[in-house]
Amino acid sequence: MLNTYVVYVENKPGVLTRVASLFRRRAFNIDSLTVGRTEKPEVSRMTITVEADPDQARRIEANLYKLVNVLLVENITTAPAIVRDLAMIKVAAMHEARSHVLELASVFRARVVDVAPESLIIEITGGDDKIDGLLEMLRPYGVLEMVRTGIVAMRRGSKCSSVVSTANPVAQLAADDDVQYSV
Amino acid sequence: MKKTGAQIIWECLEREGVTHVFGYPGGAILPAYDALKHSRVHHVLVRHEQGATHMADGYARASGQVGVAVATSGPGATNMVTGIATAMMDSSPIVCITGQVGSKLIGSDAFQETDITGITLPITKHNYLVTHVGDLARTLREAFYVARSGRPGPVLVDITKDAQQSACEFDWESAAPQLPGYRPDLSPASHEYEHALQLIHNAKRPVILLGHGAILSGAMREVRDLAERAGIPVALTLLGLGALSASHPLNLGMMGMHGEAWVNHTIQEADLLIALGMRFDDRVTGNLKTYAPTAKKIHVEIDPAEINKNVKVDVALVGDLREVLREMLPRIESIDRSEWLDFIDGLKGQSAVRDIQNLPDNGHLYAAHVINDLWRETRGSNTVVVTDVGQHQMWEAQYYKHEEPRSLITSGGLGTMGFALPAAIGVKVARPEAEVWVVVGDGGFQMTMCELATMVQENLKINIAIINNGYLGMVRQWQEFFYERNYQATPLLNPDFAKIAEAYGIRTATVTQRSQVVPSVQSARQNDGPVLINFQVEQEDTVYPMVAAGAALHEMIRRPGPIVETAADE
Ligand SMILES: Cc1cc2nc3c(=O)[nH]c(=O)nc-3n(C[C@H](O)[C@H](O)[C@H](O)COP(=O)(O)OP(=O)(O)OC[C@H]3O[C@@H](n4cnc5c(N)ncnc54)[C@H](O)[C@@H]3O)c2cc1C
Ligand SMILES: Cc1ncc(C[n+]2csc(CCOP(=O)(O)OP(=O)(O)O)c2C)c(N)n1
Ligand SMILES: [Mg+2]
Repeated sequence: MLNTYVVYVENKPGVLTRVASLFRRRAFNIDSLTVGRTEKPEVSRMTITVEADPDQARRIEANLYKLVNVLLVENITTAPAIVRDLAMIKVAAMHEARSHVLELASVFRARVVDVAPESLIIEITGGDDKIDGLLEMLRPYGVLEMVRTGIVAMRRGSKCSSVVSTANPVAQLAADDDVQYSV
Repeated sequence: MKKTGAQIIWECLEREGVTHVFGYPGGAILPAYDALKHSRVHHVLVRHEQGATHMADGYARASGQVGVAVATSGPGATNMVTGIATAMMDSSPIVCITGQVGSKLIGSDAFQETDITGITLPITKHNYLVTHVGDLARTLREAFYVARSGRPGPVLVDITKDAQQSACEFDWESAAPQLPGYRPDLSPASHEYEHALQLIHNAKRPVILLGHGAILSGAMREVRDLAERAGIPVALTLLGLGALSASHPLNLGMMGMHGEAWVNHTIQEADLLIALGMRFDDRVTGNLKTYAPTAKKIHVEIDPAEINKNVKVDVALVGDLREVLREMLPRIESIDRSEWLDFIDGLKGQSAVRDIQNLPDNGHLYAAHVINDLWRETRGSNTVVVTDVGQHQMWEAQYYKHEEPRSLITSGGLGTMGFALPAAIGVKVARPEAEVWVVVGDGGFQMTMCELATMVQENLKINIAIINNGYLGMVRQWQEFFYERNYQATPLLNPDFAKIAEAYGIRTATVTQRSQVVPSVQSARQNDGPVLINFQVEQEDTVYPMVAAGAALHEMIRRPGPIVETAADE
């Protein structure tokens, strides 16, 4: 099962390496990892998706916590959440193909962000399915280049995953009801 | 007050309670060495940086205090890698301080530059690169705190030369650790206690599996109370030996690959395993598919990442063992389990471990005899045995009865040959009043015997027993069992160990007969200086019983031929 983690880490040099190294060393299979800034300059946020069974998923969480620079880990796999990936697809678009491609883009609610005589760049945001769907449709026209950001995720509703206090994320954690090591 | 980084290093070490460091100088750490003159810290000059890390490790295991090793950049730092990995595997708290090239040179392949924080990232609990003197005091405080708290482990602090040379205001108080994400003290929820108590009270055939965590936690008394009150027998891991005295009636002995046969059978028959501060290493469980099939499992463990890693458990109590047991003890009911204990007593007859002691004294010298005689001679006198890795290590675990915690120091998880002599130096420095014995193979001794010089230079009274079988014995044993006695690269041509000892000014004896063992041990003990005894033992002797890799715990390879019943348990 694909698990999605939101991981808050101290914004310090080398922290990304520590996280990546952990996954390699423990032979956990990263599907996607994104990292970026948060509303607090001293904190970065990662979204990590990993293929894992429920036992493994719990161990991944525990192992992330063993990294001293990790502030908070949340497995939001089963929580209602918005999950987004962004892709830019450069597709060959000559003559009559051009209008077909433009049509597809609008059906998928993607945007055309660059127009050249022989190609278009289409930008699309969404979940995996949506992006894969568009990609499949575009393939016959000739996908020249593609880049995807990897997924970012956020819980729906007012419940936040964010680190309320960097001074003491542990206190917050204790209050968090889904932390449990027994089975 | 303004201080240089070099001064801050020693000042912080002193404030952390460090009295000794084990190190080796070089260019990038020279500013720190220059400032050593004004420090109360005693520097032990090692002969190889691997030795420094094992010494720090031995120091930590013997005392429970953080051990410290120091090295220069590049080769000095990389020489530490084996010792750091050894400490990591066995949860030993050490701090390694390395010099690094100037911060402006980092990344330029400067002379003796290596990315030691990158190299040691997977084998340290945490590590740091310090490039600004202003960060130094807080980093060192954090390093000690992280190394000793929670599940202990090695921490490396790499300090650039310019950070050692430049100065800043030094204020210990304001340099307190800032580790917002670090959570060493967890404790179980109350319903988890309930569940555990219920399992314990309902069990008919419970066994406690006692590990190194009991010693790290200082929970010896609580463990004994639990065992006695609930009438539960105790099996120990290699690193747990000494956590309950060997002579305690509920102590079954060591479990696992070379554990007593009856101990492994007991575990396989159990209906409840209570794992206390042990991590179900594969040398302990044998094949996981067939491991303790009828048993429920309780795991008391400080590291949540260990829960359900190898063995799936029914209840996990995540927290410090001593704290957890103190919480549980008042609610433990005393239960009569004599039926179960009698059953286990019946299994003891099956043991083949001890039969070697009954082998005739026919001119052969068996390693087991040496160890057993050493134990008889040194028991009850504050002795610490430091073993290396191999057959002699297993015989020590089988035939030396450890009554006290921290009386056996050995590399379990990494199985690092060459560990014993340097670790023993750390042990003796930490506990000068203890009698320290090194039990080492002829192979492993040659990996770090350069540290004999360190021992002599520091004037340390350490006794060394080389179990000399002319082979890389443990590997030869595997070749015997699993590779049709194809003894490739295991016979050793050894130097004259007596001459080696003499070269260092160390007293020495060579023993070839059983009758010489006790006198040689007695004379070594009476001698004020270090003594090296070369025990020339049976060459193709085998450690029994043995659980082959991948076999079920109860499918042990036993000593061929009739089993000699032993009367005395001594
Ligand atoms: C040649 C050879 C043969 C071996 N054969 C055997 C054998 O037959 N039998 C055997 O047992 N071993 C054997 N070993 C050793 C084996 O490889 C492991 O090192 C050993 O079993 C680990 O023991 P442990 O789990 O008690 O200790 P560790 O590996 O040190 O684990 C300690 C555990 O306790 C936890 N802990 C730490 N502090 C606390 C605390 N305060 N509270 C609660 N928990 C805490 C830690 O998180 C960790 O999980 C052999 C090794 C070699 C080299
Ligand atoms: C550094 C290192 N290299 C290789 C090994 C593999 N190994 C395990 S036991 C052993 C043989 C040890 O021989 P010796 O020191 O003579 O002890 P003996 O088994 O003969 O008692 C070897 C080579 C190891 N554990 N450590
Ligand atoms: Mg040998």
